[in-house]
Amino acid sequence: MTKLNPLLIGLSAVMLGAAPWMIDRAPYESTMGLVQKVFYFHFPSAILFLVAALICGVASAIFLFGKRPRADGWAIAAAELGLLFGSLTLVTGPLWARKAWGVWWVWDPRLTSSLLLWMIFSAYLLLRRYGGPGSDKLGAGMALFGMANVPFIYVSVNVWRTLHPQTSVVPTLPTDMGLPLWYCFAAFTMLFIALLNLRARLEHQRARVEALYLAEDEA
Amino acid sequence: MISDFFRVAWHVMRKDLTVEVRSKEVLLTTLFFAVSVVLVFSFAIVREGRAPDDVAAGILWVAVSFSGTLAMGRTFERERYNDTLRALLLAPSDRPAIYTGKLLGLLVLLALVEMVLVPLVGLLFNAPVLAFPGTLAALLVLGTVGFSAVGTLFAAMLVRVRSRDTLLPVLLYPITIPVMIAGVRGTAALFQETPDLPMAQFWIGLLIVWDAIFITLALWTFEPVMTE
Repeated sequence: MTKLNPLLIGLSAVMLGAAPWMIDRAPYESTMGLVQKVFYFHFPSAILFLVAALICGVASAIFLFGKRPRADGWAIAAAELGLLFGSLTLVTGPLWARKAWGVWWVWDPRLTSSLLLWMIFSAYLLLRRYGGPGSDKLGAGMALFGMANVPFIYVSVNVWRTLHPQTSVVPTLPTDMGLPLWYCFAAFTMLFIALLNLRARLEHQRARVEALYLAEDEA
Repeated sequence: MISDFFRVAWHVMRKDLTVEVRSKEVLLTTLFFAVSVVLVFSFAIVREGRAPDDVAAGILWVAVSFSGTLAMGRTFERERYNDTLRALLLAPSDRPAIYTGKLLGLLVLLALVEMVLVPLVGLLFNAPVLAFPGTLAALLVLGTVGFSAVGTLFAAMLVRVRSRDTLLPVLLYPITIPVMIAGVRGTAALFQETPDLPMAQFWIGLLIVWDAIFITLALWTFEPVMTE
């Protein structure tokens, strides 16, 4: 896995570097014009935001119920990436909304629940940072509750009538818009996997150093 | 088995309430705090005897959640202070039963607080609290259950953690905002000029779903997180 990281990072760097040209060549959307192009970054970050929540929740459940300490490292890595990609989503979204809806922000269910999920990630990381000993289990419990919010986010847009585009928009995109979208999605996903890998490895090594210190103290 | 579970829960609740009846510490402080929250809002918002429309529901729920957080922190602080949490956890019984008892004790306290809060909000903000007593009670009960189910779990887990007093609201509010939204919107539908009963019932349905999810998750996680 570790040998894969430089490859993934290099590839996603090249792809993200070329992304502006790909996005530039895509046609203009008929009603929204130029501002629609922020969608090529908004959609991948939003999906990875939810994926991070799922990884964090599942890893926490494995840590809590399966008693595998290593799973906790993956949970922390996923939470930090969730905060990063969530911030990207919450910054690119209003840029688009200002042009498309005329306002920066509305309290629509999907926007509200994305903001909530972002706040849950922040609270989780605050707990891990300042909670001290014992906060790992509490964090895992918190992450489980956070994961319970994810299906709520995804379904909410289809249940309530909202301003946010339906989730069925993406598969029906014309090819010349769909291609740059999936290109950006691939680049973001590779970056996500590489960062997740690196961060989890760092956390595992930190845990190991801590265990060695403790062992030396006892010796 | 089931009867054992509820017997343990009942005893834990009775223990908490007995301590409370003798000291009245949590009830009186929480009640006073809730009343001060409502008063602060009325000083800030009510102008010339008239409150803006639609604020009463929000203020009621803000007062409930603030005072609820205070009560949650205190109930476990007592266990920590006297070092009785370990004794409680050593009892040969299901851990989830202990959680349920703690939750029930907290709910009784919060119900008493709400019985004072609701008339007070009705009085100070001209809210029609008696128009649909059953629906309002259902909203309050379901909302408080959802909020306290998460709060009791987090307060129990935070007992062993540093800076627990600041972390409880930090963790609790983002998780329970869905419950708060449902409670506030449902109550506002009842308090508005032409009450919207179907809307209130829709939010009650949503609250039932959230309560089921939160209670299931809390019962499920209490055992592993309380194991040292």
